[in-house]
Amino acid sequence: MSVIDSVSLPRNFRLPRVDGLVQWIVPLAIVALWQIACVTGLVPTRVLPAPSDVALAGWKLLLSGELIRNIWVSFWRASIGFLIGGSIGFAFGLGNGLSQLSAKLTDTTLQMVRNVPHLALIPLVILWFGIDESAKLFLVALGVFFPIYLNTLHGIRTVDPQLIEMGRIYGMTDSELFRRVIFPGALPSIFVGIRFALGIMWLTLIVAETIAASSGLGYMAMQAREFMLIDVVVLSILIYALLGKLADSASRVLERATLSWHPAFQKN
Amino acid sequence: MQTALRTILPETEFGSRANFAPHARVAREERPTQISGLPLGIRGLRKSYGDNEVLRGIDLHIPSGQFVAIVGKSGCGKSTLLRLIAGLEKSDAGSVSFGDEIQAEDIRVMFQEPRLLPWARVLSNVEVGLGRDRSSTDAHVRAEKALAEVGLADKRDQWPSVLSGGQKQRVALARALVSRPRVLAFDEPLGALDALTRISMQRLLERVWRDQGFTAILVTHDVAEAVALADRVLVIEEGRIAHDVVVNAGRPRERGSAELAGLEGSILNHLLSGDDRT
Ligand SMILES: Nc1ncnc2c1ncn2[C@@H]1O[C@H](COP(=O)(O)OP(=O)(O)O)[C@@H](O)[C@H]1O
Ligand SMILES: [Mg+2]
Repeated sequence: MSVIDSVSLPRNFRLPRVDGLVQWIVPLAIVALWQIACVTGLVPTRVLPAPSDVALAGWKLLLSGELIRNIWVSFWRASIGFLIGGSIGFAFGLGNGLSQLSAKLTDTTLQMVRNVPHLALIPLVILWFGIDESAKLFLVALGVFFPIYLNTLHGIRTVDPQLIEMGRIYGMTDSELFRRVIFPGALPSIFVGIRFALGIMWLTLIVAETIAASSGLGYMAMQAREFMLIDVVVLSILIYALLGKLADSASRVLERATLSWHPAFQKN
Repeated sequence: MQTALRTILPETEFGSRANFAPHARVAREERPTQISGLPLGIRGLRKSYGDNEVLRGIDLHIPSGQFVAIVGKSGCGKSTLLRLIAGLEKSDAGSVSFGDEIQAEDIRVMFQEPRLLPWARVLSNVEVGLGRDRSSTDAHVRAEKALAEVGLADKRDQWPSVLSGGQKQRVALARALVSRPRVLAFDEPLGALDALTRISMQRLLERVWRDQGFTAILVTHDVAEAVALADRVLVIEEGRIAHDVVVNAGRPRERGSAELAGLEGSILNHLLSGDDRT
């Protein structure tokens, strides 16, 4: 066994490093082709500006401080909305997973509300809140609520009953049982919910900011459209993509740190 | 593996104890108090699930420290009996009594599945077995001792998922032993293991039982295992104890001896004769 370990360990360690480079080849090639296509006039810059133009537009907006301000506004809306919707969803998931009574009272209602696409509420939300901050926060929170609620509930309900029985046999109190058995058992599923929720969070924010906002990335893109600044439009789209990727990576790091016991996350 | 881990872990008191080294046993015998097993009295025990009368009146006395094996066809109620003894299920009638005031930590159960917490390291899994003493200051030390008893001291910081089936079951045994129980109930604990691992686990069970003197109740579908380990084999049929067979062979027992094989054959005959009648 020690022989196998010492042979397979370095090989395992080399793999991700190669992967790290390989996965960037295709995106870089696409950007290069895109640049060539624009410079040679194959693609008219009215349709798609060259990457260099997009970068230049980004640089200018960065210098004027406008870019940072808009990113910050969007980031703030996303996080606050996520926190509000996520904690309410988590609380309901816990409550309905642990208490029959709570589940009977609220689960059916929540499942019904779930069938309303939350973006369909935009006209109503604008009537309620105007194009105020609260409108965006409400929409993001609502969008984030369901994946977190459903996956927390699912995670708690599918904790191995044999482990729960084991905990009881060994005299765990309710709170110990929750801390040592139920919550760690539900965590993988909760993370699935978080990752789903992060995707919905950005999607909701883009739509909400595009339709009803006076600041933020979506607003910046819409303003640019009015002035035919296509490079800024493309820039905003790319930044959205980047932020989405960042959020996903952050959740993966967190997942890796808290689920290190899980065979799927073990390096050796 | 041994060598690799040795270099990672410093030579601790436990790390240096190879699996079942003789000097480990000497150390155990020097331990001051030997808590003795509890006697067990069962009277008129009945249990039904709906129309299914599983146990139809079990009467049984087990002297303290005896090793009893329970065999019987699948579905005859062996697990049910064990769960009633361990207090995991309520009986419809009858009683289970132990000779003494008991605490939850005095009775432990081991199942066919190890039921380890996948998100807790091996040592923390063993600490779970301490019950209310989990948060006491010597919890670590006691858990380490129990791990050393099952020969897994060097695995204390591993995740359960990297252990083999037999090793997981040994961790589960350490968890059951760590509170020094006076009755230990086993529900086919070796059922999922391969033949060789089974035999070494049987030896381990016998050794800890002899060292610690608890009363052992082992449910098994393997009659050879029952006669190899137990002082007494009970055959359950139609919800009652149909046969109560004493195994007089001395210990340590020689596997496959003519005496044990003869006993095994006659118990198997008991079990199979029911088939002819129905
Ligand atoms: N919780 C339960 N609910 C209903 N029936 C059960 C339950 N547990 C066991 N039984 C039934 O009781 C009988 C005995 O089960 P069990 O004690 O597990 O058998 P064994 O362990 O001897 O194979 C079986 O017929 C089984 O279907
Ligand atoms: Mg059974």
